[in-house]
Formats: sequence, C-alpha cells, structure tokens
Amino acid sequence: MTDFLEVKDLTMQFGGLTAVDSLSFKVAHGSIHGLIGPNGAGKTTTFNMISGFYKPTEGQVLLRGEDISGLQMHEVARRGVVRTFQHSTLFAELTVLENALVGTHMPFRPNIFAAIIGWDSEDRSGAEARAKEALEFFGLDHVMQERAGDLSHGHQRALGMAVAYASHPDVILLDEPFTGMNPEETRQMMDLMERLKADGITILIVEHDMQAIMGLCDTITCMSFGKFLAEGGPQEIRNHPAVIEAYLGGARHVA
Amino acid sequence: MPKFLIWIAALAALIALPHGLSFSQQEILVFLTINVLLVASYRLLTLTGEWSLGHVVIMGVGAYSSALLTKKLGVYVPISMLLGGVIAALIAVLLSFPLFRMKGFYFLIGSFAAGEIIRLLWKRFRDPFGGAKGIKGIDPMPDFSVGFYQFDFFEPTSYYYFAGIIVAVCLWILWRIEKSPVGLTFHAVHWQDKLAQASGVNVRAYRTLAFAIASGFAGISGALLAHYIGTINPNAFDIDLMVYVLTWAIVGGTATFYGPILGCVVLTVINEIVLRELGLEQMRPLIYGAIMILSILFLPNGLESIVQKFTKRRAAEGAPERRPAE
Repeated sequence: MTDFLEVKDLTMQFGGLTAVDSLSFKVAHGSIHGLIGPNGAGKTTTFNMISGFYKPTEGQVLLRGEDISGLQMHEVARRGVVRTFQHSTLFAELTVLENALVGTHMPFRPNIFAAIIGWDSEDRSGAEARAKEALEFFGLDHVMQERAGDLSHGHQRALGMAVAYASHPDVILLDEPFTGMNPEETRQMMDLMERLKADGITILIVEHDMQAIMGLCDTITCMSFGKFLAEGGPQEIRNHPAVIEAYLGGARHVA
Repeated sequence: MPKFLIWIAALAALIALPHGLSFSQQEILVFLTINVLLVASYRLLTLTGEWSLGHVVIMGVGAYSSALLTKKLGVYVPISMLLGGVIAALIAVLLSFPLFRMKGFYFLIGSFAAGEIIRLLWKRFRDPFGGAKGIKGIDPMPDFSVGFYQFDFFEPTSYYYFAGIIVAVCLWILWRIEKSPVGLTFHAVHWQDKLAQASGVNVRAYRTLAFAIASGFAGISGALLAHYIGTINPNAFDIDLMVYVLTWAIVGGTATFYGPILGCVVLTVINEIVLRELGLEQMRPLIYGAIMILSILFLPNGLESIVQKFTKRRAAEGAPERRPAE
C-alpha cells in the first residue's frame, strides 16, 4: 500500500495555545484509518487542517505528494478529500434528494448559461442518478422527498455521509460519525463503511466509540494533548501502555 | 389543459389591462412593470441569504449607464439598456470584493454605504453625471412598428407592452436560473455555507454570481425607467425606494419566486387605487409602515403563504406536491 495522504509536522497554534504539536502520520490508500485520543487531544483541529477549514501554523498535508495545506476547503474537496461534520450539519430546509444533489456539485458542475437555455438536461439527469445512487447506498431512498431537518438522527448522520459520497471522493473524513447512535445503528453504519472501503475509498475517522473504532480500523493513530502518542493496529493500540495511561491516567496517579 | 388556458387568460388580461385604465393609471402600470423586475431580481440575491440596501442604487447605475451611452456615444436605445444591465453587473462584481468580506448584518450596512458612495459620486461630478439635477432629455425609445401594432412611445400603453415583453423575458431567465442546479447551489450556500464548501462549492464565487445577476437585471429595470421618464437624478434612487423594495419583498414573502412580485403588485394597487381615491396619498410611508408591521405580525410568511394554502389543497387532490425549495 502506498502513502496516499500524509500529515507532516502539522502544528496549529491558537494564540498561545498549541492545539496540535508537530503531528505526523500516514494514511494508506484504501484503508480505514482511525484518529483517537482523549477529549481536547486536537483530533478535530487536525481534521479541520486536513480539510482546509483551518490553515495550519506550520507543517504540511500531502495528498499523493502534493501539498494541500492552506488551500480553501472547496479546493481541497476538488482534489478528492471530502469531509463530514460533527453533529447533523445538513441543508435542513432542503429535501433529502436536494441535499444529495448538492453533493454532486463536483462531478456535475452546474453551468448557468446551459441551465438557462436548457442544454444541461444530460448533466441534470446524471446528477440525479448519482444522488439517488448515493441515497440508495445509505438506505435513504425511501425518504427522498422529505425535508432533511425532519429526518431521525440516524438518518441525518447517514445523509451527511451520502452528501459526501455523492461527490465521488477519494478520501472521506468522518468527524465522529457514530455520536448519538444506538448499537444497532452503529453496526449498520460500520457495514456501510466496510462497503465504502471495498469501493476503494480511503476513510479517515475521528471517533470516541472505541468498539466501533477497534472493529473497523486497519490502523489507529492515538494522540494526546496535541502530540502523537502511538500508532498501530487495533490490538496493538488496545494494549499500548502509553494509550492506556492517556485514557485512564498513569499508575502513579491511581490512589 | 386547464393550466395552459390559465396562462392564456392571464396573458390576454395583461394585454387588455391598459385599455380599461386612465392615462395616469397607465403610467403607474408602466412603473409597476419596471418595479416587478426590480423586486424579482432582488429575490435572486436573497436566495444566497444576503440582503442588500444598495439594490436601488445599482438600478440607478443601469439607468445612468444607459442614459449616458445614448447621450454621449449615440448607442441605439434597446442596446444601451442591455449594456446598462451589463455595466450594473460589472459594478456589482467590483463591489463584491470589499462587500463579500462581510456577511449578514454587516453586508447589509456595507451595501448601504457602497450605495451612498455611488450616489455621492453622481452628485459630485457634474460631468458626466449632471450633479444633483441629474440627466435630462434622455433619448426615448425610438418608435417602431411590428406590422399589426404601431409602437408609439409617448403612449404609456406602448411602453407598457414593450417593457412587459422585456420584463417577461428577464423573469423567465431568473426563473430558469432559480430552478436550475445553480439555483440549488444558491440555496445550499444560504443554509449551510460550510457544508456547501465541503462539497466543492466555491461559496465566494456563487455569492458574487448571485449579486452580479441580480444587479444586472436591476440595471435593466433602471434603464427601462430612464428611457421612459426621460430624466434621472441621484435622489430618484435613494433609500426611500429601497425601503419600498424591502417592504414589497417582506410583505409578499421571499420563499417563492412569485412572492415579492405579489407583494409589489398588491401594495402598488393599494397605494395607487385605494389611497389615491381616499386622498391619503401623502400618508403612503405611514401606511406602508403599518402594512409591514401587520404583515410581520399576522402573516409572517407573506402573501405567498395565502396562495400556497390554496395551491397545496389542489396539489393534495392531484399529483404529489413538490415542496418549494425553501
């Protein structure tokens, strides 16, 4: 497996606070890579830097060897790195189908002149087919005409991923996708991620649900207080003394 | 095909309308037609979630541009109107660089300031803008004949037909844009600009696009006005008119394409027919203010919500309803 996405000495400072401190790790193509750590470890900040939401203070994000750090979010997205957001960030007022259609913005770029004259019917039907495909994949095809804001929580999370999937991404960044899901929903979501992986999509995932992370990821990077702590397979991380210390506190602190 | 028949009937009514009106009412009808385009173009800007206070000044940019092009360069009038719209759109693109560093309330105030600067420039520079007195003796639209109808532009009826055709074409284009994937992207930028950006949408470019298109059509409406009344001055495009545009949009509702147009037509009819009959014309700002407050209190979704109630009932009986995209 080749190095596909590489984070190199990534640092983010907010004023005097160093949220992420020269973090480095590599994500292999076609793998599911987990990023874990206690609260406040800087996982989401790292995510925001990779996706272009923040511009890193120092360091690089390399995609296929190209430096994408500091690019705007839509420019990063156009290079194939698409993210989802924590909580249910959706176009709540639009229908489910319209949400997915926005996701097809990149493969079917709208053209205003063609739209006025009506020469874009091929693109429109293509975009609709792709949007429906993405919704079917996530089991949302039966709620296509409903308002996204009216969906159940589990469906909203799935829709967030469907919007990302509709754009034919190479890498999907998932920000806490299992938050607020019951075990049954979590299990279904894990199945879907396995299928995304089978499709050749690389997944980078930030998550608190250890069961899901351990069952899903090929490689896990653990960070604590903005620093790299450990990396390895699920078994390795589970038994890594530094990780256990970070989560449970060191032995000497235990009374 | 009952829907087709409704359109034919509406078209016939619009053609017949001026013949049942007095001369001054015919003139008001022309202004109403122009204002419909103004308020419909304003709605396109509000699709991206931004409300501007400079829209009327942009309309003035179209009016001044078209007037100056005909006066100084002798450009043929209908072409100058189109160019007026293009220039208004270009000015909007220039303004977008400072203005779209702001969002929401800050954009509102910024657009007001930008508009006032443009108005001050018109007042300050007597050449070519004519200072506070503005430009007089703007070439009227040249008369022409289409065989069965002789356009004589000293007649408001003729100008009404002419403006009506132009406005109809512009509304059709605006409607096509709104119903296209571009329109959907405008909605996306409005409701969740971060998620839109993560889907690869260049948010800044789409905001600018909406602003430029809205300004272009506002410019065309300004040019239509300039060549009808023949004289324009900076005070014709002041904040008073802007407040009327806002009132039309808010009373009509901005969730649908026809909402602001409905607001514009209903309020103009109330103003010109009812108030003029009662001799309360001078109280127009007072009554407009009262109507706005009442509509916000009792009809928060605008006049369009009344129409929607009826169309929804009909849709429930027939084909499955498609919810408007906002």
